[in-house]
Amino acid sequence: MSKENILGIPIQEYKGAKSTLCAGCGHDSITDKIIKACFNNGIKPNMVAKMSGIGCSSKTPAYFLSQSHGFNSVHGRMPSVSTGAALANRKLTILGVSGDGDTASIGIGQFVHCVRRNAPMVYIIENNGVYGLTKGQFSATADEGSKSKRGIPNEISPIDLSSLAIQLGCGFVGKSFSGAPKQLTPLIQAALSYQGTAVIDVISPCVTFNNHEGSTKSYNYVKEHDIELQDLDYIPSYTPIEEIEIPQGESTDVELHDGSKIRLTATKDDYDVHNKNEAIAAINNSMQKGEHLTGLLYLDNLKKTLYEDLNLCQTPLAHLEEERIRPAETKLKEIMSRYK
Amino acid sequence: MKKTINNVMVSVATVNGSGSQSANLIIHRSLFRMGLPVSGKNLFPSNIAGLPTWFLIRVTEEGYNAPADEINISILMNAETWDDDLDKLKKGSVVICNSDLGKKVERDDLIVYEVPCSSIARKVDTKLAKLITNTVYVGVLAEVIGLEEEAIVDALSHQFNRKQKAIDLNLKAIGEGRKYIQENYKKDQPWKVERRDLTKNKMIIEGNQAGALGSVFGGVTFLSWYPITPSSSLAENLISYLKETREYVDGVKTYAVVQAEDELAAAGMVFGAGWAGSRSMTTTSGAGISLMTEFIGLGYYAEIPGVFWNIQRVGPSTGLPTRTQQSDINFCYKLGHGDSTHPVLLPATPSECFEFGWKSFDITERFQTPVFVLSDLDLGMNPWIVDDFKYPDKPLDRGKILKKEDLEKLESWGRYRDVDGDGIGYRTLPGTDHKNASYFTRGSGHDENAAYTEDNEAYARNMKRLAKKHEGLRSKLPQPIIEHSTNSEIGLVSFGTVHASMQETIDLLEKEKIKVDYLRIKSLPLSSKVHDFIKKHKKSFVIEQNRDAQMFNLIKEESTAENIKKLCSYAYSDGMPLSASKITKNIKENL
Repeated sequence: MSKENILGIPIQEYKGAKSTLCAGCGHDSITDKIIKACFNNGIKPNMVAKMSGIGCSSKTPAYFLSQSHGFNSVHGRMPSVSTGAALANRKLTILGVSGDGDTASIGIGQFVHCVRRNAPMVYIIENNGVYGLTKGQFSATADEGSKSKRGIPNEISPIDLSSLAIQLGCGFVGKSFSGAPKQLTPLIQAALSYQGTAVIDVISPCVTFNNHEGSTKSYNYVKEHDIELQDLDYIPSYTPIEEIEIPQGESTDVELHDGSKIRLTATKDDYDVHNKNEAIAAINNSMQKGEHLTGLLYLDNLKKTLYEDLNLCQTPLAHLEEERIRPAETKLKEIMSRYK
Repeated sequence: MKKTINNVMVSVATVNGSGSQSANLIIHRSLFRMGLPVSGKNLFPSNIAGLPTWFLIRVTEEGYNAPADEINISILMNAETWDDDLDKLKKGSVVICNSDLGKKVERDDLIVYEVPCSSIARKVDTKLAKLITNTVYVGVLAEVIGLEEEAIVDALSHQFNRKQKAIDLNLKAIGEGRKYIQENYKKDQPWKVERRDLTKNKMIIEGNQAGALGSVFGGVTFLSWYPITPSSSLAENLISYLKETREYVDGVKTYAVVQAEDELAAAGMVFGAGWAGSRSMTTTSGAGISLMTEFIGLGYYAEIPGVFWNIQRVGPSTGLPTRTQQSDINFCYKLGHGDSTHPVLLPATPSECFEFGWKSFDITERFQTPVFVLSDLDLGMNPWIVDDFKYPDKPLDRGKILKKEDLEKLESWGRYRDVDGDGIGYRTLPGTDHKNASYFTRGSGHDENAAYTEDNEAYARNMKRLAKKHEGLRSKLPQPIIEHSTNSEIGLVSFGTVHASMQETIDLLEKEKIKVDYLRIKSLPLSSKVHDFIKKHKKSFVIEQNRDAQMFNLIKEESTAENIKKLCSYAYSDGMPLSASKITKNIKENL
């Protein structure tokens, strides 16, 4: 018998179509973690909406959660489509997958404003520093000096999406690596339990165009320069079937909106996950050293979401019946009388 | 002196931002209160304050809406345009001017009333003088043409929402204007107004207010928008109607409004919300549609509902953004890359803005495709006199949606299967509690079951089905209407606000013993009735307000060779509503 989660749903039902990405692509590892995270959290697949833009990363929603609606939209515009879908049905879990080209270049405006609004969604950036589908041009997250496959260094300074998100007021900012399953799975699980926009910037090496010597986003480089801020564990709100291993060392539990907790066991002394300035300084320092600082970088679990800002009713707007959305004829008459 | 009763064209030249709009609306509403059909056109610059602005008021018992070619009474409150405004006047016209501006009327063939409006206003209230300088000319005009005091009081009460202090102050300024004429001028002038009973139970409303109201009664649940003249007032009116009609006591809302960062995002949100089952819309103008093109192109192929209001104006960007035009007909109808056309509704009056406001949601959800409502600045932002709007005569049509219960009865389903033979597939909404509910939405690379494919035949089949679906719109959209029928051999065809000039055109032609039939188009794709009308007539003129004869060419594109020979075009645009006399002249020359 296959493994089932709290809802009695086997993990197979969280899977999707076969990936058509290159063998060994970092994105496929992330897909695998998304499947695990949704399975572990006991999310009903039909209550997830998988959203994406255009690019290799944006193809991945077809490879997980086949029982969820998916929308492969327009390049760089996933945030706006997601915002609309989230507002039409607030009961949905919006799971957006984007890439570095999709988010940091063509879609940077939508990324910025989506974060500003705190639209309820998980926003995963599968970040490899290159445009894969168009054969290896640098993207806006390529580090200065990082070399292309032909050996040409990138001369322009990169956009770091995690520090940008923190500056914009994002309440949940994580950074991770597709080759760090122990960190990435609980990070996605926590993001799924977070109420507002949860941004996870995941370095995901492109095995075809950006996995060579001289690249700062190759598998080997990231493996060697990945500095993990904490050990992360996700503790669900329900009693888990399997016992959770409690890690050694000093740990802090932070409660998320649905009652679950993220347990942070610091590997770096005195890092305050609720301190914006500290987070930005730590990211800057690590970038200067050529390192990738990963983990839960910033968390504000009290931030108001777009639903609260708009004072939206609990019933999804999509489900409102006619009598609640078409006012009576008397109301029309009353309004018209003002124009007479 | 021979009097002309209830047939006058007044122009008021003021400075933008000087508060003249409220004075002009008081005149407009006073005439309305006297039972007179009156049109008002605000010609304003793209500016917050300081540039010249004009307000045109026309009274006719026939209810002609477009401005007349000749101005009978010119009110000069702006020194900058003074000389030009005077040059436009014919011999014998009337001038009312603010003599405090330090300018003189150097023509002796006009009937001139020089009034120190600024000094009179200061005398009434030193502190608020600037605000009421314009109100003084209301009094002067009232005295000169015969506006009834009772109608003015009514109009003031409406304008200032029954705030007695403001009403009294303005009434005093009006009284002083009247008094100045009584004491200083014995002479009379020919244009007079008299009470009639032609506006009973009617409303004064702007197209954007009507469109917003229609959207409310269409059950809109989602609006995303980006501010752009002349569409912003539709969004703003909608927001206030929604606040009034769709909130609970504690402010909990049954709708969401997002002011987007740009039109790209506004369109993206509309489709996200429409896809997830919301009645969603946006409102913009041509420049905004340019940015929305990417999404609307996808909306056609991904088959997602969404209502797009385009309040057309002259463009692009720094064109004449505050002037009116019917210039996005072709653009909106064929928007997007690849083969695509879109349903376009063409309201001609505020009543149709209301009607299409609610109907557009039924159409977009029934046909699962983006719908345009093409209004324009003249319709959207000027005051129009109309009858009561008709409450929707049928329940909401949410289109073909499979729910959990439906899926339980089906062995399988496919999002893009043509089950009913009308080219329209069934959709499910995200969140539907059934294992088979989900499907994947993308552009054109999918098969009947929404599975990804690059198979050429599957692509071609899908394109054929889409064409069938859009063909079906021809008979299901608001159908053309024969507005005037005399069994003539000459046909006139128009749409949108050009309609406002058509009754006058017909009357002018009849004065010259030329009888015509007139058909008004209400939507695209064209109904076969348009082609039938052209076939029935020896010659048909397509009259529109743009340079390139966009509607004429759309008709021609799908006409028979025989019908093409019968088609004539009158296309003209200078940013102003079309003049009936110009239309008439063109028709006469080309008969």
